[in-house]
Amino acid sequence: MKTLEQLAQERILVLDGAMGTMIQKLGLTEEDFHPKGMEDHKILLKGNNELLSLSRPDAIRTIHEQYLAAGADIVETNTFSATSIAQAEHECSHLAREINLESVRLAKEACAKYTAMDPSKPRFVAGAIGPMNKTASLSPDVNDPGFRAVTFDQLVTAYKEQVEALLDAGADILLVETIFDTLNAKAAFFAIDEVFEARNARVPLMCSVTITDASGRTLSGQTIEAFLISMQHVQLFSMGLNCALGAAQMRPYLEVIAEQSTCRVSIYPNAGLPDQMGEYRETPEVTAKLVGEFMANGWVNVVGGCCGTTPEHIAALAAEAKRHAPRKQPALI
Amino acid sequence: MSIPTYSGLEPLRIFPGSNFVNIGERTNVTGSAAFRKLIKNGNYDEAVSVARQQVENGAQVIDVNLDEGMIDGVEAMTKFLNLIAAEPDIARVPVMVDSSKFAVVEAGLKCLQGKGIANSISLKEGEAEFLRQAKIIRRLGAATVVMCFDEQGQADTFERRIAIAKRSYDLLIRSAGFAPHDIIIDANILTVATGMAEHDRYAIDFIEGVRWIKQNLPGALTSGGVSNVSFSFRGNEPVREAIHTAFLYHAIKAGLDMGIVNAGQIGVYDDIPKDLLEHVEDVLLARRPDATERMVSFAEQFKGAPSAEVVAAQAAWREGTVEERLKHALVHGVTDYIEADTEEARVKYVDPVIVIESPLMAGMSVVGDLFGSGKMFLPQVVKSARVMKRAVAYLEPFLEEKKAGQVMGSMKSDAKKVLLATVKGDVHDIGKNIVGVILACNGWQVIDLGVMVQSATILKTAREMKVDIIGLSGLITPSLDEMVHVAKEMEREGFETPLLIGGATTSRVHTAVKIAPHYSKPVVHVIDASRSVPVVSNLLSDNERVRFEGEVKEEYEKVRTQYEGHQREKEYVPLAEAREKKFVIDWQAEPPVVPKSTGIFTYRNFPLDKLVPYIDWTPFFMAWELAGKYPNILKDEVVGAEATRLFNDAQKMLDRIVKEQWIQAHGVAGIWPANTVDHDDVELYADASRSKVLGRTHAMRQQSKKAPGVPYIALSDFIAPKGTPDFIGGFAVSAGHGVDERVKRFEAAQDDYSAILLKALADRLAEAFAEKLHEIAREELWGYEASPLTNEQLIKEEYQGIRPAPGYPACPDHTEKPELFRLLDATKHTGITLTEGLAMSPAAAVSGWYFAHPKSKYFGIGRVAKDQIESLAQRKGESAEWMERWLGSNLGY
Repeated sequence: MKTLEQLAQERILVLDGAMGTMIQKLGLTEEDFHPKGMEDHKILLKGNNELLSLSRPDAIRTIHEQYLAAGADIVETNTFSATSIAQAEHECSHLAREINLESVRLAKEACAKYTAMDPSKPRFVAGAIGPMNKTASLSPDVNDPGFRAVTFDQLVTAYKEQVEALLDAGADILLVETIFDTLNAKAAFFAIDEVFEARNARVPLMCSVTITDASGRTLSGQTIEAFLISMQHVQLFSMGLNCALGAAQMRPYLEVIAEQSTCRVSIYPNAGLPDQMGEYRETPEVTAKLVGEFMANGWVNVVGGCCGTTPEHIAALAAEAKRHAPRKQPALI
Repeated sequence: MSIPTYSGLEPLRIFPGSNFVNIGERTNVTGSAAFRKLIKNGNYDEAVSVARQQVENGAQVIDVNLDEGMIDGVEAMTKFLNLIAAEPDIARVPVMVDSSKFAVVEAGLKCLQGKGIANSISLKEGEAEFLRQAKIIRRLGAATVVMCFDEQGQADTFERRIAIAKRSYDLLIRSAGFAPHDIIIDANILTVATGMAEHDRYAIDFIEGVRWIKQNLPGALTSGGVSNVSFSFRGNEPVREAIHTAFLYHAIKAGLDMGIVNAGQIGVYDDIPKDLLEHVEDVLLARRPDATERMVSFAEQFKGAPSAEVVAAQAAWREGTVEERLKHALVHGVTDYIEADTEEARVKYVDPVIVIESPLMAGMSVVGDLFGSGKMFLPQVVKSARVMKRAVAYLEPFLEEKKAGQVMGSMKSDAKKVLLATVKGDVHDIGKNIVGVILACNGWQVIDLGVMVQSATILKTAREMKVDIIGLSGLITPSLDEMVHVAKEMEREGFETPLLIGGATTSRVHTAVKIAPHYSKPVVHVIDASRSVPVVSNLLSDNERVRFEGEVKEEYEKVRTQYEGHQREKEYVPLAEAREKKFVIDWQAEPPVVPKSTGIFTYRNFPLDKLVPYIDWTPFFMAWELAGKYPNILKDEVVGAEATRLFNDAQKMLDRIVKEQWIQAHGVAGIWPANTVDHDDVELYADASRSKVLGRTHAMRQQSKKAPGVPYIALSDFIAPKGTPDFIGGFAVSAGHGVDERVKRFEAAQDDYSAILLKALADRLAEAFAEKLHEIAREELWGYEASPLTNEQLIKEEYQGIRPAPGYPACPDHTEKPELFRLLDATKHTGITLTEGLAMSPAAAVSGWYFAHPKSKYFGIGRVAKDQIESLAQRKGESAEWMERWLGSNLGY
């Protein structure tokens, strides 16, 4: 069977679409979010989507399978906020490791089923590592700019627990995504590097940053070029953009990444910008056409969808991806 | 492409042929005595501004070194780097984290989101430690400086420099995974001209070392701390500058990539006087054995020479035409020559109306454009308006038809008119006055009816003067209802004039949901003074009006839909349930704080100078729409210069307010035995026997549904129920007496700037008085607080106990004010009266309750359900409709 690296040489790979959007469509209730033994948890848990890997594994596995059926090569585990820090808000920190183990297991089961159906198209599990709800380079208190709600070392500890669990359960890739504070991302990669060194083994790493508005900067204030420089020390499978914007608004930033990155390039936009009611309304056809232009320009190696995208979007992207060649990696000097 | 790159918020790339990279050294305690002092004294605000100055002066990287024996390096480095990370104009450049302690370097790198530079590591403690440190730096994504130092010590010859450089370079590449361009070799710049012969070659050996490194260690960069070289000549700035300049000239030619330099201490090589240069180069390049001796005696003549000429300010603008002079005076807010220039224009144009409409309004339109494009700030615009008013006042005797004193702006008979008023029951007008000035600057005629204006007066004036727009302002929540009332009246009388809504408690949502539905013509919320210009201009434009009105209508329609959706989703628990789940204090474990004394304490004519240190300046700048926190705002890249000017003007006026006693501050505080009854009410007693009830206050309780275990708070939860003796306090202060008289004088002198400044300062003094009186209450009257707090702690509310004010989030009910005033006899003691809208007059006043229990805290009531409104009404003996009217903003139904 071909490896991820081999496949990436041959064609544009397809990542899955939104997890949150699909969960929302299920219309789950508060009870659905309480894992066994936590029926009386004193904090409302609805919206803590990662818990569904424990409480409603069937729902998560089905979503993975819907994306695989649509043609995704890579599915992301349901672990975006599965760290002790991000879970603290719901007093679920103690579940972080278990959520990661179970989430990888669910994604792997789904992938194994689809790989068995067509071994020429092997499917991969990317362990999703989110940005956390506390940031190391911004103060949450405008009156105390020197204050930090979390330290670099605390982030490293929490990320390490997540990375260990993702790898223990057999994730094929680690994906540090929706990066809005570079320092948090640096902590994630610091943790990953330490774990890799201790295990003397590594998996491909994907890195995906979020540009939040038309200023062309991350939330923590870096330009995209400054961000790329901050990530130079990490040996990456791919560098790219996701979330916050639709494909149309991402274009100038993607162009910079395509121009300046020595690794592969990924993009998984939202389904356009949300409307006044907070809904994403870009159709699969429009998303595929916009991302298709990036493919035609030879800018990307991995495409997929973020908030608001559905299996229909991924099917449209997968069809479009077949029509284009992947970006050629510039020779490393 | 493999070139050296670093980043802060923005990238820094060093291309072949790039200029020498200048690393700022003023944030280095070993390079700057002033900075050392700031750090030692913990004056981080100032220390941050030193970093900003460096970046402004062109530093492309800043070196931060806090190695001061008396402080904890890790903590100081973390704190300082976190602070500068919050300043985008500093954080845009990469940081070089400089310390002789590796733990400090590591802690510093952990604060940088950009790719920084570690400064430094060396082979001093052997290869194992060198590689351990290198690996951490690599993992943190930074480049590193390597000092030419090894187990034997510092390299001080050419041979030792290059041998250590090569060894370090090879180790980093082979064993630590470094890219060559992430290695920066510092070959040690040591002090020359010390009088010791073995130091004579220090400069030339460094320069030659750099040349060798650039030729033999591919990709590696070179750096050094430049000011060290001239250390023998400290105190003799002209000579040091010449030495640095010449040294850099030669080192850069040899390939030096970057250096830690004081940009202010570098000159132009060709500008160094020939004889001085010769002496300097003799030393640096070790050209003769007596070079040092000759240099030392030659240097004597330069001691104490001035570094730069101060160029006298020019008054060249006085030489322009009269139109140009008027424009300059308006744009720069200069009143010195305005009467003479206006007279000259009057003679030239004959008709005074043309003087106003042509050269003066032309100047004001430049002001309007500059403000609109963000190149001028509010205080400047208000000063411009002062110039304009003075000019118009000068022309007034020549005008055929006198205009009402309330009118500002264009005098053209066909000029579009905007009417402004603070609504009935409200006395706050700083924001409204600023809007008036801005609109007048933009060519509209402004009719300002002042404060506490009845709706009938507004409508009558609007009709008589045929105004084109009506703008309503207000600060307290009952004003919102009055605005609804005005809107209804306008509809009833068949008005067609667009209605603008502004002021601190107004909002787009309130305007869309509560006001706009009552008036069929356009109703627009204006968020701040700068937004007033585009809104008015759209509404008065023949081309844009229809489109703009349509957009607003559509937007407000959406706001209403969202609001209703949101309302439906919001759940409220019954009042009985909320009371059951109240905020519980264990009165046994944490008993009430028993006061030293009870009763009423009055403070007539409180000394103003005692209030000045308690002023919180940040809201003062907010009143002028200058965004930023004091004192950092004074150094802000965008508004800093204007904020500083405004602050200086404020300080000058404050000085006069205090010395000449422009205003009087009166205050009263009370402490009474009290207990909570029926959950939400607090009974106040005449004495310790608690037999005679003096009064009763009614608290509101949070009601919107919360997660299990989270309490529904009311202020009454902070007072013990009957059975446990407890106490409550109250206060009212004003720093507003005398303000009106003084404001009238300013306005008579056409000086809106000073009038607004004084009102804003009086507001600050009233708040400062509230803070001071609370301190007195805590330390003396109640007497539970021992050590005085700093002003910073006060602003951050780091004290025990709270002082919530009726009309604010914890007790939004304004109708509690009369009871508070009665208990304090506040009008008698302070002269503050309550308007029919229950606003305090004079406006510069604060009143509220004191709660002393350590568990008491600020919170917001939010919206409540009908059962609570009915309960409140019944407890107060009023109708539910009456209660609804006063709490319109808090109704959750």
